[in-house]
Amino acid sequence: MSQELESRGRGNAKVLNRFDITKRLVAKLKHEEAVVGGIGNTNFDLWAAGRRPQNFYMLGSMGLAVPIALGVALAQPKRRVFALEGDGSILMQLGALTTIAMLRPRNLAIVVMDNGSYQITGSQPTSTAAGADIVAMARGAGIDQSAWADDEAAFEKLMDRALAGEGPWLVAARIDGEPAVEQTERDPAQIRDRFMRGLGVKK
Amino acid sequence: MAERAWHEIVRDVFKANQVKLVTYVPDNVLRPLIDAVRADKDFTSFACAREEEAVGVVSGAWMAGMRGVVLMQTSGFATLANALASLAVPFQIPVVMMISERGTLGEFNLGQAMTCRTMRPVLDALAMEHHTIERLDQVEFIADRTIKQAVQTQAPAALILSPLLTGGKVLKK
Ligand SMILES: Cc1ncc(C[n+]2csc(CCOP(=O)(O)OP(=O)(O)O)c2C)c(N)n1
Repeated sequence: MSQELESRGRGNAKVLNRFDITKRLVAKLKHEEAVVGGIGNTNFDLWAAGRRPQNFYMLGSMGLAVPIALGVALAQPKRRVFALEGDGSILMQLGALTTIAMLRPRNLAIVVMDNGSYQITGSQPTSTAAGADIVAMARGAGIDQSAWADDEAAFEKLMDRALAGEGPWLVAARIDGEPAVEQTERDPAQIRDRFMRGLGVKK
Repeated sequence: MAERAWHEIVRDVFKANQVKLVTYVPDNVLRPLIDAVRADKDFTSFACAREEEAVGVVSGAWMAGMRGVVLMQTSGFATLANALASLAVPFQIPVVMMISERGTLGEFNLGQAMTCRTMRPVLDALAMEHHTIERLDQVEFIADRTIKQAVQTQAPAALILSPLLTGGKVLKK
């Protein structure tokens, strides 16, 4: 059963902090849920939020965190899977939202960190700063359970729902301009190997 | 038993190699293969909006234990240099691509012909294994061995379907 989620919308959403809400999400993960971090800041703050073998840190393929997470979700339908993306990154691969709406993976949640900019390349504004609304686009794509996180408590509640209910979900959070806390160790083969072991694919 | 068509052989090779996921952006020449995997419950198959997305999905699925293949046209491959160079190659993910070759042997669209010329140089620049299948008697051996090598060496690979095999696409007057 899918249902639309209530939220006050982008304009009224409190500006949150990426590292803070990443930590809040990670603290809730008790069942080896998979988390795919997107380019740059989303995966840096995921790395900084604590090492988990079920984290995948995507290094240069801007926009592909959501497709990668979809692949994980399809291959392991019993595991909950989260994709963390920036607004610039999701804008690059909006079509993936329509694929997800079509397939309706019950175990997939997308978290979009909307700072209205391409922060890591110099904070040039993205179209979300001019009013493009990622939640509205996700709903338009067919992901009914899409919402803005009104504040920290609402973000946590939405994550609880994504951990307990049937997806797919998209939760967008407005975030501030704080840089990432730490940089991910850039060793792709090791990242992939650790992730596969974390998912029980390799022993 | 009647001789199998190329797409039936490919479907059977996918099965023999435990390929369960087929993502694609369609192409007319690939149509019989797409129809074959869509009609077969052994496969999860669906269209993606972009080839990069299809590569991302198959990459994620591989890391989570499900083997996949991406089907595309030459022009779709031309959108993939970044996804291959930043994801499949460095992370050592055996994304197998099957590419229907447009742009050669009777192409009528200059854009396709130009795009085709970028394909093998990109594959060579990334040192990716690639083979062109030209005859029906090559399909099983090349497809089977390429998938096996990709998996065993943890490296992406490309299977190029020549118009010599598929008939390609020509201008209908
Ligand atoms: C295909 C591609 N285009 C451009 C870049 C350069 N680039 C790297 S990160 C980035 C900005 C990402 O923006 P966003 O997803 O909003 O994350 P933020 O930096 O704001 O955290 C860009 C443009 C790239 N790595 N790949």
